[in-house]
Amino acid sequence: MRPQAGAEGGKPLVVGVTLLDLGSGNLHTVRRKLERLGARVVVTTEPEAVARADRLVIPGVGHFGAAMARLRSTGLAEALGQAAVGRGVPTLGLCLGMQILAEHGEEGDTPGLGWLRGRVVRFRPPDPLRYKVPHMGWNRLAARGSSPLLEGISPEAEFYFAHSYHWEGADPAEVAAETEYGYRFPSVICRNNLMGVQFHPERSHEAGLRLLRNFLAL
Amino acid sequence: MLYPRILVCLDVDHGRVVKGTRFRNLREVGDPVELAKRYEEEGADEIVFLDISASAEGRSTFLDTVRRTAEVLFIPLTVGGGVRTVADMDRLLRAGADKVSVNTAAVRNPGLLAEGARRFGSQCVVGSVDAARRGSAWIAYTHGGRTPTDLDAVAWAVEMVRRGAGEILLTSMDQDGVRTGYDLELTRAVAEAVGVPVIASGGAGTADHLYDAFTLGKASAALLAGILHDGLTTVGALKAELAARGIRVRTATPLRPPPPVTPDGAVVP
Repeated sequence: MRPQAGAEGGKPLVVGVTLLDLGSGNLHTVRRKLERLGARVVVTTEPEAVARADRLVIPGVGHFGAAMARLRSTGLAEALGQAAVGRGVPTLGLCLGMQILAEHGEEGDTPGLGWLRGRVVRFRPPDPLRYKVPHMGWNRLAARGSSPLLEGISPEAEFYFAHSYHWEGADPAEVAAETEYGYRFPSVICRNNLMGVQFHPERSHEAGLRLLRNFLAL
Repeated sequence: MLYPRILVCLDVDHGRVVKGTRFRNLREVGDPVELAKRYEEEGADEIVFLDISASAEGRSTFLDTVRRTAEVLFIPLTVGGGVRTVADMDRLLRAGADKVSVNTAAVRNPGLLAEGARRFGSQCVVGSVDAARRGSAWIAYTHGGRTPTDLDAVAWAVEMVRRGAGEILLTSMDQDGVRTGYDLELTRAVAEAVGVPVIASGGAGTADHLYDAFTLGKASAALLAGILHDGLTTVGALKAELAARGIRVRTATPLRPPPPVTPDGAVVP
């Protein structure tokens, strides 16, 4: 597919990406968008392939507890640790893929991978009729400091969210952006090579594509 | 703060978009992939595909249409029509849909909603309610609006959410296709009864109708079809009118200029 100018910001990036198949529905959409940017994508469920990865994307929609149970029983949690923590390869979690980087998930009352400080809790909006849950639709980011992931992305840019749980209790230094929905919650988390976004860049039009490109350029 | 969403619905029959109203007078309007891209470029916040083909052959064509659309679309895609099992949901999500809407099968087997939510997350599961007024209330219909149930539409929406639907697509069959505005009373009754987003559907004719759905109807999103397919207005024009009336709308710039369109609505390649 011919890459377009603009969001992709020019030349395709020929880099390898290992995309973890957790059975989530957005897997193929994420794959297509990464390929459109020039990435060579390997989709895998194999711990060996994950442990060897040079660059990891963890897509994911679904249940926190179920996802963690699957990661632990298959050896994928350990393999992810070898690549992301042990070798420090660039790792991007999307939506649930971001949430499992936390210490704990309320959905399923399960420990997460625990690589970044914080826990994932259900939205408790102050006015439930005004702030419906899931938080579903387009919203903005308020950047905190600078993150390579957000380079070139306007503060006006809108991203597509679809989630009922959100991060809280993060290390402030690791919050790259927050989003407001009744209150502010971390929507981009980042510590060195470990990154996560609560929204779906693969469905966030031009800004989402730019964010994925930023990740591939790291 | 979230933006109220504008969804564009395409009824798909054997790989072609058809319209009239959702419930009668079908007429072909174009290629689903091209039309979805065109509406994305106009500023649509999401695309909805409803498979109205009844045959097995039609279903398999639909899956292919979803796959081809999901590959090129940069905004969310919701699909529905004829979804009977969790395996159907899985196939559609794997083809690239972001959400799957369920109506008839959920009435027959409400456990489908819970099973789908457990497997894919409730944000993937849209409960579709086709409602028609009966006396002072509304009742739910199945089979594309052909079969009445004994379910109160508002109570059924609440039950769908309790079982796992993460969003309600609420179509007023009385208003569908008439372009005199959404059924605001119905929309508001459901929006105030459930904690999940409600998509108002059926009756859109003008930007004022959208404004009313978001304010008086308390809808999180509004669905459009006929007025766009007939070329009476564009998503961009509607959003500009809404913005002028103080409604926050997503104003993403298109990736490239939209392709020219012929008077009969076909997109020029």
